[in-house]
Parts: sequence; structure tokens; C-alpha cells
Amino acid sequence: MNVQTPVAKLTPNDYASDQDVRWCPGCGDYAILKSVHKALADLQAPLDTTVFISGIGCAARFPYYMATYGFHTIHGRAPAIATGTKLANPDLDVWVVMGDGDALSIGGNHTLHAIRRNVDLNLLMFNNAIYGLTKGQYSPTSKVGTRSPSTPQGSVDQPVNAILFALGAGARFVARSVDTNQKHLPEMLKRAHAHKGASFVEILQNCIVYNDGAFSDVTERDVAPDRQVVVEHGKKLVFGKDGKKGVRMKPGALELEVVTIGENGVTEADILVHDEKNRAMALLLAGMDGGALPVAMGVIYCNPVESYDVAVHKQMREVIEKTPAIEFNKLLRRGNTWTVNT
Amino acid sequence: MATKLASEPSERPARRTVESVVIRFAGDSGDGMQITGTQFTQSTALMGNDLATFPDFPAEIRAPVGTTYGVSAFQINFASYDIMTPGDAPDVLVAMNPAALKVHLKDVRKGGTLILNTGAFNDRNFQKAGYKANPLEDGSLGGFRVLPIDVSKLTLNAVEKTGLSQKDALRCKNFWALGLMCWMYGRELQPTVEWINKRFEKRPELAAANLAALKAGHAYGETAELSGFESVEVPKARSSPGIYRAVTGTEAVAWGLVCGAHKAGLKLFFGSYPITPASSLLHTLANLKQYGVTTFQAEDEIAAVCSSIGASYAGQIGVTSSSGPGVALKTEAIGLAFATELPLIIVNSQRGGPSTGLPTKTEQSDLYQAVFGRNADTPVPVIASSTPGDCFYVGVEAVRLATKYMTPVILLTDGYLANAAEPWLIPNVDDIEPFPVSFDIDPEGFHPFRRDETTLGRNWATPGMPGLMHRIGGIEKDYNSGHISYESNNHHHMTKVRAAKVNGIANDIPLQKVASGTERGKLAVVGWGSTFGAINQAVARSRARGLDVSHIQIRHIWPLPRNLGALLEGYDKIIVPEMNNGQLVTLLRAQYLVPAEGINQISGLPFKVADLEAEISARLEK
Ligand SMILES: Cc1ncc(C[n+]2csc(CCOP(=O)(O)OP(=O)(O)O)c2C)c(N)n1
Ligand code: SF4
Ligand SMILES: [Mg+2]
Repeated sequence: MNVQTPVAKLTPNDYASDQDVRWCPGCGDYAILKSVHKALADLQAPLDTTVFISGIGCAARFPYYMATYGFHTIHGRAPAIATGTKLANPDLDVWVVMGDGDALSIGGNHTLHAIRRNVDLNLLMFNNAIYGLTKGQYSPTSKVGTRSPSTPQGSVDQPVNAILFALGAGARFVARSVDTNQKHLPEMLKRAHAHKGASFVEILQNCIVYNDGAFSDVTERDVAPDRQVVVEHGKKLVFGKDGKKGVRMKPGALELEVVTIGENGVTEADILVHDEKNRAMALLLAGMDGGALPVAMGVIYCNPVESYDVAVHKQMREVIEKTPAIEFNKLLRRGNTWTVNT
Repeated sequence: MATKLASEPSERPARRTVESVVIRFAGDSGDGMQITGTQFTQSTALMGNDLATFPDFPAEIRAPVGTTYGVSAFQINFASYDIMTPGDAPDVLVAMNPAALKVHLKDVRKGGTLILNTGAFNDRNFQKAGYKANPLEDGSLGGFRVLPIDVSKLTLNAVEKTGLSQKDALRCKNFWALGLMCWMYGRELQPTVEWINKRFEKRPELAAANLAALKAGHAYGETAELSGFESVEVPKARSSPGIYRAVTGTEAVAWGLVCGAHKAGLKLFFGSYPITPASSLLHTLANLKQYGVTTFQAEDEIAAVCSSIGASYAGQIGVTSSSGPGVALKTEAIGLAFATELPLIIVNSQRGGPSTGLPTKTEQSDLYQAVFGRNADTPVPVIASSTPGDCFYVGVEAVRLATKYMTPVILLTDGYLANAAEPWLIPNVDDIEPFPVSFDIDPEGFHPFRRDETTLGRNWATPGMPGLMHRIGGIEKDYNSGHISYESNNHHHMTKVRAAKVNGIANDIPLQKVASGTERGKLAVVGWGSTFGAINQAVARSRARGLDVSHIQIRHIWPLPRNLGALLEGYDKIIVPEMNNGQLVTLLRAQYLVPAEGINQISGLPFKVADLEAEISARLEK
């Protein structure tokens, strides 16, 4: 028994289940699925200790397409369920897949608390700025003016910035990527996986049916270089087709501005260097929402501290060491008891 | 250092003996009446009396001092025989202020004793309590034996030497009152002395003051000329032999759940969100980490139940608890556990409703919620405990059913059971048959919804197990493969299978027994939950008077015991007393088409034995 057979290397395909994928043709979710398969293969993540837990929505069908363990739960509650799973078995690698409605509408409270507690979960939010599964109502990340069946004249309420929300909740890891960016996204997933604690990843995802092109002004190949800045720890925040644009602190103000290197006396030295451990910088980068400033892609903040599950188990071990369990019968007889004889 | 009381041999003549006494301590919520009551209970338990208690506190933590809505009370009934209720009418009321007298006087037995702290009987307090004149002087206390004592002043005198401020010193007056009552009923002070020393370990000055007050109250009884008042004795109860302790329903549920988890070979995960009166279960379990318990205070009830489901998914026994409003929030998630066939236990400590209702009062009004309160065809087993000690066995049983049948189980207690204490014959847990869970580990032909042929419970495979990777979820699954399926015949079949699984539990629970009386007869009184004691005594007294009445107490509310219908048919009349507007009665009528009739009391208080006795008589004399 126990003969060690050399384990065959897992390929991305080995992470795909045998079930037919049922998203609409052209949906960004396909691309994300592919990135996840690739990232897991890169990590050689064991199938049997990897778990995908999701809520409800198009995005939340994700676990059915994975050859790992999976739990498709109820709308908005995946972070809470995953918290219980991770506490019960800390050896599991737990991924949570949520839509924007799932994570920030019905489940906003659970997302907040999973992040605040810093449970070691990889929280992936597929942001298509729409309710896909219920046929296209606007969502909490939809831009003002979004026309949808429930907002025929356009939505009038402000969207939530998912990354700022996560940072506000105390996130120690936040990253952003784009569904179709098959180079960048798997790297973000691997970084999220490497971070012990709650890792929040916003993935801009195109819903081709109900909100096609919602992010095209940022993600389309021809505009992306000028509308995105890819942030990397220790590297300058330069972007643009010719690599001449940069982000710097506006002199005399607590805000960022876009400058062009070589113009108006701006040199490369003026450009900010990304420090992923700097929360103040993370907040400024997260606030760049595609107006005058580019949208930040990459690991915006990563500054690990002990995760909740580790702290909980540590405390349990301490209690057990200090006051070990006594036999259960003795426990019931501890304290004031009396004996009745016949 | 722990102070020990020298036992002082009494020179007084042998004390008068009485068989049972009901005492109610009442005062401001800041007066420490719950502590007084609990300590008196401990001493009484150790003296070998049978007892039952009823703590009754206001919803406000510290309502304005001296007002009627700030009155907190603790009732204890103790006796030399087997008693089952905290007693209908107090023999003695200890009232620490006029408001306490005002609220509780109406309950005191005619000719009963009133011990009144006259130190708080002043115009301001009369006004706050709504008295126009001093009740000691306006003749309204005629017919009672009144013992006015300035407890406030006597307490101040007693603790003078400890140098406490007047405010702190006055706080000791509950122990003075306790000392006096311990004298009056021959209770030993030692358990209270130990408790005070432990409680105030870090504040020796407070320990000294409270001890001084306790002893002074006791000495007052011994030495003062209390004309007409004497120390009486309540002999030991003749209970079954064994080791006993006082236990509240909360402690017993906690131990039962942990014991059940051990019997199943599982760790226990408890996710909860605070709510009265359920929070104490979270507090109790948080101190049992050594016994394989993880407690998680979630952000809300939804997260509480969901985290427990997540833990069950990972192979522990997930438990969550709340009261009605919180259980309402858990509803959707209970459906998920039902659909994915994961074990889960939901403990509902029922309280007065609807909505916030009477949050600190007891009620049994969540039976419909437990049995029917979910969308779709979602039957779940429901069990109810009937006494504080019974909560232990019901806790064990909940784990057994949840794991054997892979289903959520609802365990109903209530505010009364949660807080009330009774002597408990401590079981030997080795006598409880283990029911170890065997996880699915066999990849051969595996799918997550393979079932045990007899129980119909699905096999339990957990993440981390090599070769058994699978996906589960709330979407309907194919009976044969476990894959998602929208096929109509399959859904029909799966709905029937899930129902058959839960109904099948009826074959795995004891047949319904008659708690007292006969299996046929003129009248059956059918109860469930914490009404057990009151019904049992009412039936016993009625039978002693020659009435043909029997008592049936239902523990398994769903599925009902399989002989219950036939059993009920053996009686001419059936009455169902409930602390709600008629829920079990509807269930019984619907299930068995029997002419059951409800007796409903929705006052937030337990039934009185005498009231039920009158109802029984009325039915049999009609
Ligand atoms: C309790 C509950 N409320 C509402 C729904 C209906 N519902 C299903 S998915 C969804 C929104 C999905 O949007 P999102 O989370 O953004 O996911 P997407 O489909 O866009 O991927 C809603 C409202 C539900 N299933 N459960
Ligand atoms: S509705 Fe949108 S999000 Fe949903 S599967 Fe279709 S394209 Fe994707
Ligand atoms: Mg969406």
C-alpha cells in the first residue's frame, strides 16, 4: 500500500468539469473561467482541497464548471457560507465567486464582514454592472443613467466603487483586472491566492446581452493603454500608448493628476512609484474611476496581517492548552452537585 | 482568601415543617434580584429540595429606577415532593420597593407574606409606582402578613465598616434580603459565601460588604423579634437516587448539542447573532472550545445560519440559534440546507411576538414557523423540549436526526426553558448510544446524492476528500446523477423522496406515550414544550380528585409519532393548552381530523396549574 506514483502535472483542462457551460455565447464569464483554469494549473492547485463557493447569478454558476469541490448557494450569502467552511477546515483553499449584485447589493453586508474579519478567502467579484440572470436590471455598480427594464428613463442613483468599498471595509488585498486580459487576470488570481487573508479581486466582465460594452471605454484594445494604468509594486505609474503619461501628486493638493513626461518640465522623477503596502496610495488609486484619471489595474493594495481563521484556531489551541478538556461526565458534574441516596 | 462561615448551632426549638414554598423576589432591575434568586436556588438545590424557578425581567436593561416597568422578579418553588412548575401564587413576596409591590401583589396567595423594604417606601417612589398613598397605611394590604423592614438602613449599618460609598453600600441590600430568606427557610449560606468570594475576587472590599450584608440579614432573622414569623423547614424531596445539579435549559441544550456531536464523532460549529433570550446559548458554547466547539458571532442571522451550513458542508455539525425574528431571517438558508441535504440544527428560543413583541417573555408561537415556515415543499424535523433538563436529551437527538437523515432539524425551546432552572439527575453519557457518522469515501460510482436505502439520507462527502470532487447547490438535481436537472418528472420524484425521508423519521422515534393517566378515556390534555410541568400537575391533581383525564406531551412535533392519531382517537375530548393563539391544535386537527380544542394563554407567562385544573374540570363536568 501507499505506493507513491508520480503525480501527473495538472493542465488547465483538468480543472474543467464535464458539465456543459451554459453562459450566453460571448459572455465575459467564459474568459474568466479560462483564466481561473490557467491560474490553478500554474499553481498546481490540488483538485480535492480546492473549493469554489458562489451565490446566485450568472457568475455564480461558476462552480458547476470546475472539477474541484463546489457549492452553489443562495443570493449574496457566499462569503458567509465560505467563512464557515474555511473555519471548519482551514486546509481548504476557498474561492468565492460573486456577481456585482450578489457581492454588493444583497450580500453587501457579508462581503464587508468577510473582508473586515480578514477570512482567508479569495473573493472574486465579476462586475458586469448589471443583473444578468434576472434579465438586465441595473445594479449597484451601474453608472448613473443606465437604462434597464427597471430604470427605463435611466438610473439616478450613484454606483458604488467596489475597490473603495473593500478598502473601506479594511481589505488587506485588493486587485482589479479585466475578463479578457488573459495575461493579466491569471497573475492577479495567483497573487490573490498567495495572499493569506481576504483577497478581493474585481474583474470587469462584459455582459454581452444586457450591458454590452459597459467598460469598453476602458477595456477596448485601442483605448486601453490610455485609459488604464497597470500598477505594479515598485514601478512607476506610467501608461499611455507611448508610455509617456504618468500619474503624480498634484503639487499643493491631496489629489492625483495625469501628466506627460517631457512636457511642462515634468520628468520621470515626478511620477509616483506604486507601493502596494501604502493604504493612502491605494485609496487614491482606487478612486481613479475613469474620468480625467485612468483606471488602475493590478494589485492596488497588499499588506497582509494574520487572518481570522488563523487567529480563531490559535485562540482555540491556547484555550485547550491552558484548560484542557476534562471527561464529559466530569464536566457535567463540575460545580455544585448533590447526591440522593435511596 | 475565602471566608468560611462557622456553623452556628441553633438554640431555637425545632422548626415548623412545610411541604412546599413559593417565593418571589422582586425589585428594581438594578437591585440584583436575579442574583438573589439564583443564589437562593443553588442553596435550595444543594439542600435536596425539588425546585423550579421562573426569572422574569423587563425588556429595558435599566429602566428608570422605581418605575413599575423597571421591576425585575425571580420566582422559585421548592418542595419536599416532585414539583414541576415555578408555582402559581407566591407564598412570600420580597418587594424591594413600592413598584415591585404594585406589580406583584396581585399574584400573592391570600394570607401570604409580604416582606417589604420600607427604606424605599417614600413619597417619590409611591408616585413613581402610581400609589396615591402609602400602601402600608391605606389598608390595601389587609389579608396579607406584612413584614416591613428597612432593609436599606439595615444594610447600610451592616456594611458601614467596609468604608463603601452610600451608593455602593446600598447595592448590597439584595444580599441582606437573601440572608433573611435563607434564615427563614433554613438554607445554608455557604454556597452564596463561595459565590461572593469568587465573584468579587478582585474587589475584596465589595466581597466583604456583600458578605456582611448577607450575614446581617441572616442574623436579623435569628435575633429580631419577628412576631408571627418563624424559620420553617422544607424537607428534602424523595427523588430518584443519583447525582444532581441545578440546570437551566440553556446549559442543558449546550451540553446536549456537544454530547450529540461527540456521539456523532463530529466537531460542532455554532454560528449565531445575539438576540434575547437565545444569546445565552452562544455565551455558554463560547466557553466550551475544549470540547470541539467553534463559536462564531456572525454579522446577522443570515450569516449565522450560512456559516453553519458552510461548516456542515466541510464536515462539522453546523448549529445556529435565535428567536423567532432571527429564525425568520434564516428561512431561505434553511431551504438551502434542506435542498443540498446537509445536516444543520436551528435552535429557536421562542419569545413573545409578533415582531419584537414581548422580547423577554416566553411564548410558544413559532410552531407554525418551524413546521410550515418556508417556501416550497420543505418539511424539516421539529422537536421540542419540555423541561430544562430535557433540553439535554433533545440536543443529543437533534444531532442524531440531522446527521442520520442529512437534514436541517429545528429544536424549539422558549424563554422560560432557557432561563428556568430545575434539579437535574445528571446522566452518565456513556449510557447514550453513539451514532457515528460515516463519511462517503468511495469514489466507485460516486455521486453526491447517493442515498442510504433505509433512511433515504444522502451520503456525506466533504471537500478535502481525494477523488470525490463534486458540486452541490440549491438547484434541483437529478436523482440518479446528482447533476443539476430541470426535468419535471425528476423534480416531482425528488420532492417526494425528500418528503419521504423526513416522514420516515417517524419510524425512528419512540411511539407516543401517555405521560400520566390512561391510554383511553374521557379527556386527553395534549401539550408540547414548556407547558409540561403545569399540565402534568393539573392532570395529577384532577386525577387525584377522581377525574378521568390523561396527559400527552409531544416531543416530536414533525414528523409526529406514528401512533399519535390512533392514540388520540381513544379519548372523548382533547384539549391542547398552548402559550399561543392555537398552533399545535391546528396541526393535530389537520393531521388526524380530531375535535381537539385549544386552551390559549398569550400573556407572556407560563400557565398556572390551577387555571388548567379549572379547564379540565369544566370539560369533564359539562
Ligand atoms: C433572495 C433572492 N432574491 C433575488 C433573486 C433573483 N436574482 C437572481 S440573480 C440576481 C442578480 C444577479 O446579478 P449579479 O449578482 O450581478 O450576477 P450576474 O447575473 O450579473 O452575474 C437576482 C436579483 C434570488 N435568486 N434570490
Ligand atoms: S446574461 Fe450576461 S452575464 Fe449572464 S451569461 Fe448572458 S452574457 Fe453572461
Ligand atoms: Mg452582475
